[in-house]
Amino acid sequence: MFHTEAHAPENRHYEQLREFIREQIDKPGPLIQVLHRAQEIFGYLPMEVQDFVAREMNIPHSEVYSVVTFYNFFRTEPIGDHIINVCLGTACHVKGAQLILDALADELDIHVGGTTEDRFFTLSTARCFGACGLAPAMMIDEEVYGKLTVDKARKAIREFRKTTEKK
Amino acid sequence: MNLFRMHILIPVDDEAILAGVFDVKRELESEIRRRGMDSEIKILETGTVGATGKGVVLIVYPDNIYYYNVRREDVALIIEEHVVKGRLVKSIAHEAGNDLKHGHKAFHQVGLTRKQPRVILDKCCMVDTYNIEEVISYGGYQALEKIISEKITPAQIIDTVKQSGLRGRGGAGFPTGLKWSFTAQAPGEVKYVICNADEGEPGTFKDRLILEGDPHKLVEAMIITGYAVGARKGYIYIRGEYELSIERTQRAIDDAMAQGLLGDRILGSDISFHLEIKKGAGAYVCGEETALIESLEGDRGNPRVKPPYPASKGLWQKPTLVNNVETLANVPHIISNGAEWYRKMGTEKCPGTKVFTILGHVEYPGLIEVEMGTPLREIIYNYGGGVKDGKRFKAALVGGAAGVFLPDRLLDVRMDFESLKEDAAVLGSGAILVMNEDASIPEMLHSVLEFFAHESCGQCSPCRIGTKQLLNMIEDFRAGEGAESQLDAMIRMSETMYQTSLCPLGQSLIMPVKSALENFREEFPAKYKTKAESAIDRRKK
Repeated sequence: MFHTEAHAPENRHYEQLREFIREQIDKPGPLIQVLHRAQEIFGYLPMEVQDFVAREMNIPHSEVYSVVTFYNFFRTEPIGDHIINVCLGTACHVKGAQLILDALADELDIHVGGTTEDRFFTLSTARCFGACGLAPAMMIDEEVYGKLTVDKARKAIREFRKTTEKK
Repeated sequence: MNLFRMHILIPVDDEAILAGVFDVKRELESEIRRRGMDSEIKILETGTVGATGKGVVLIVYPDNIYYYNVRREDVALIIEEHVVKGRLVKSIAHEAGNDLKHGHKAFHQVGLTRKQPRVILDKCCMVDTYNIEEVISYGGYQALEKIISEKITPAQIIDTVKQSGLRGRGGAGFPTGLKWSFTAQAPGEVKYVICNADEGEPGTFKDRLILEGDPHKLVEAMIITGYAVGARKGYIYIRGEYELSIERTQRAIDDAMAQGLLGDRILGSDISFHLEIKKGAGAYVCGEETALIESLEGDRGNPRVKPPYPASKGLWQKPTLVNNVETLANVPHIISNGAEWYRKMGTEKCPGTKVFTILGHVEYPGLIEVEMGTPLREIIYNYGGGVKDGKRFKAALVGGAAGVFLPDRLLDVRMDFESLKEDAAVLGSGAILVMNEDASIPEMLHSVLEFFAHESCGQCSPCRIGTKQLLNMIEDFRAGEGAESQLDAMIRMSETMYQTSLCPLGQSLIMPVKSALENFREEFPAKYKTKAESAIDRRKK
């Protein structure tokens, strides 16, 4: 077992989460809703946060871990400042989404799901963000880039980095 | 109430937000104010119209004119020309690839704006969902009021739904009235109704359209369903990614509560019903109803062994009814207009309408509602505008990821549960993915198998191992190590999975595997080209 106390300092993030858990704990089946809130607060769900949730809810850590790893929405790795989501939905797939993804992995020199060393970009995939008419599409943070080609995608992330770093 | 001479509808969904819809709206409002026309022209924010890839859309009523890809700088022109002078702004419409390239007269004959018998989507993109009074004036909560004022009993409601012939729109097509009666008859004081809005089927967003465009219809349907089966509590399980859907549905619940349409003793009657939204966390298998129940309870979404069915032991072991968003959206219409009226639409065994998503290589991708039994050809060519760029049609993957690859000889199949069954196909979620002559069936199948290997929950071995083995086999073909006998092995494997898997996730892979291998066998040589390789080939040409 971890020495979790050392990892779970009494700061306002944990305090926020504790408060939410207290609100939810008497409702039936609150674990997933609690994890949603935890990820909103921390950005991801590292072991320390999972363990905190387990202790506060008085359930085994294994149960928390099994739920966290089951769902696509929850992440256990920290993420970069900016997330690139390449859509792999069926409409994007037929229009060559895999090529885009491979090119971006090559461009950033990371594997899919990975984060660049400077924590600037995380390369991720989505099932379908409902912008099928723009296929193949990707999102950098909240902005959609549609009708991509390999060259357009590479150029988009280079330009994004340039303009963001200037700011 | 002020009477407006013209309404400008602005459909808002995630895609429109990304295209800058709020900038356009602000500009529109200030322009109308500037011209002092606030009392004549009303701007309405609504749910999406169902077209995709068209940026910001404006619809002008009563003229029924659609402007696509509207930019902020177009607003002044639209106001000056259309609103003030009553002339269509052809330049924008034309430039935007608006259907006008077929000529203005053809506007409503081809594409997504072609006339549709919209029943369950009647209010989508027509009303301001944040304004419950407006929703009511458009017929919202009419069915609920009818039930209360005419003192219709739960048994009568179930009977009407049975007679209407409504079948579950989640994929399996089980008769809805019958399903309701199971839960209604189950012994127990506490029962639940759950709305399955965990829309995880790739390339499908029909439920989102209803959640964003007409959430009050769902709230009303849930109250009626709860009353019919004897449940006083309902849950709407919505995909976590659907933030706008969650926001609008929550607002609808709050507004209905404030109006006394939801909660204890609804409109002074004996009916009490409470609704709560639960956020899903993204797992394809949670579309299966027992997996969804597990997830609602806060656990991993592992499907349960059936029986017992949710009708007797569902959420927290209480009798539970799970229905899809689209199924429920039919209910208020059936109650208001009667079973007879409903049976006039669609086919004998599958009455009503169906929402389809048309995607892939078509001219107008998007979402339509047509009668059950509409031929596939009509959907692809008349509504979808045909195969894009004049290419040849190769196949349509119909029914979602676990659907069937239909070749062109089956284009005339009628789109309903029964007709598709005759061709060993399924209606599923109503997703239609069109592939042109350049598309590779093996690559598409590879994508489907990869998806299922990832989404298998791992609980039962036929599915956990089978999905992985099928993926391995198709990857052998990619690597140039495939053999003819392996294709038969793939079919046998998916047949075994069909017979032995615990839930439809493992059972349904036989659909895409068999149809791809049987209808397009010639595309599976020992080695087939990957996407990257065919792209290189094309460049060489």
